[in-house]
Amino acid sequence: MNKIKVAVIDYGIGNLLSVCKIFEFCGAKVSLTNKSNSIFDADRVVLPGVGAFADGMKELKARDLDSILLDLASRNTPLLGICLGMQMLLDESEEFGLTKGLGLIPGRVVPVPNVSTDGNPHKIPHIGWNELIPSESKSNWSGSVMQDIEKGETAYFVHSFMARTDNPDNRLADCNYGGIRIAATICRNNIIGCQFHPEKSGEVGLRIIKRFLN
Amino acid sequence: MARLDIKGANLIKGVHFEGLRVIGNPEEYARKYYSEGADEILYMDAVASLYGRSKLPEIVAKTAHNIFIPMTVGGGIRSVDDVRDLLQAGADKVAINTAAVRSPKLISEVAKKYGSQCIVLSIEAKKQGKDHWEVYTDCGREHSNLDVLAWAKKGVDLGAGEILLTSIDMEGTRKGYDIELTKMVSDSVSIPVIASGGMGKPTDLVDVVQNGQADAVAMADILHYGRYSIAEIRKTALESNIKVRKFE
Repeated sequence: MNKIKVAVIDYGIGNLLSVCKIFEFCGAKVSLTNKSNSIFDADRVVLPGVGAFADGMKELKARDLDSILLDLASRNTPLLGICLGMQMLLDESEEFGLTKGLGLIPGRVVPVPNVSTDGNPHKIPHIGWNELIPSESKSNWSGSVMQDIEKGETAYFVHSFMARTDNPDNRLADCNYGGIRIAATICRNNIIGCQFHPEKSGEVGLRIIKRFLN
Repeated sequence: MARLDIKGANLIKGVHFEGLRVIGNPEEYARKYYSEGADEILYMDAVASLYGRSKLPEIVAKTAHNIFIPMTVGGGIRSVDDVRDLLQAGADKVAINTAAVRSPKLISEVAKKYGSQCIVLSIEAKKQGKDHWEVYTDCGREHSNLDVLAWAKKGVDLGAGEILLTSIDMEGTRKGYDIELTKMVSDSVSIPVIASGGMGKPTDLVDVVQNGQADAVAMADILHYGRYSIAEIRKTALESNIKVRKFE
């Protein structure tokens, strides 16, 4: 059987090594690329990313990757955005002024409040392991990329902004940070986003990646 | 967070950063801690800042292979190029102490290039009197005349994403963390603080999180010498409602 082809989008931002490595570990043939032919040729496409929203969008546009990703979404190729890559799937972000995103999932990226619901300040960025729980619109994760994860298992987060989807149905999983519900996994048709880092979340991350490849 | 101090190609451990003893092969220990459910791996080269170039990228590359949790690496980092080499070898974050004290703009340069989440300001603190700690460099060997609290705040302004706060006084003593030091820094900065130095028993972790307001906790010889397992420590943490990675 041929290996499943995964294109990891290289747009000149951050450290993409660990993302490539986990897909290779899961048996995929990985190409780190910004070329349209290898992106369209892939069975799965991954948009990783760390850093600021506006920088990320600028780098995508500089390589014409925004229109390539929109085209890709309409071809039904599964696309996984990780961290900033997830946030850029939305319509816009409030990080350093309002910046337009890819608009593949309706919603906005807003700051994680720096005060917990009990009124005490808490640390930003939200860094560390946190429990994955079904979002308010979901009772379970069957049939989704989260299918093999049990409620309450933990994943590794590092971020200061969070996604707010317009449609609650686009939200699969949340985590709870000081009483605030943060979108952990979002999904619309073939478009999936994880706020946490599956490539840094041990066995939980491996199960999510394997399900995404399946 | 499992802390592995390295000298050359060996995992080592001392007391107050002195009397270093060789424990074993760092890759093997890192892999063991990953498989036992450590939240993060922290690699610190104990002598790199004294002698310049280190073997760290090689060790990191061997270790990072098939370990899917965050890995922070520090020791002897002097430039953005050193950071790039370590990230390319598989590190997720870098911890910088000595070079940041000598040239604070290194923190902002790394933050600008790789993001704040990538840069951990490593502070080695030695108590000088009531409510006063001084920053030391070169693994606890050199004075800096910097006040720990002022330097921590400056680190935040420069763009550090986390602070690794090691108490030289408690390091290797197994007598528990410096609670006052940790609380002072953690209460005064908006970014997460990792407490390091002094873990002797699982309840020390609970103490520094609940009373010292530590956001994360590094531990070394408690694990290296097998006095407690990660599972035992995790169980104690979970019983006290401290968020750690769940692991079966």
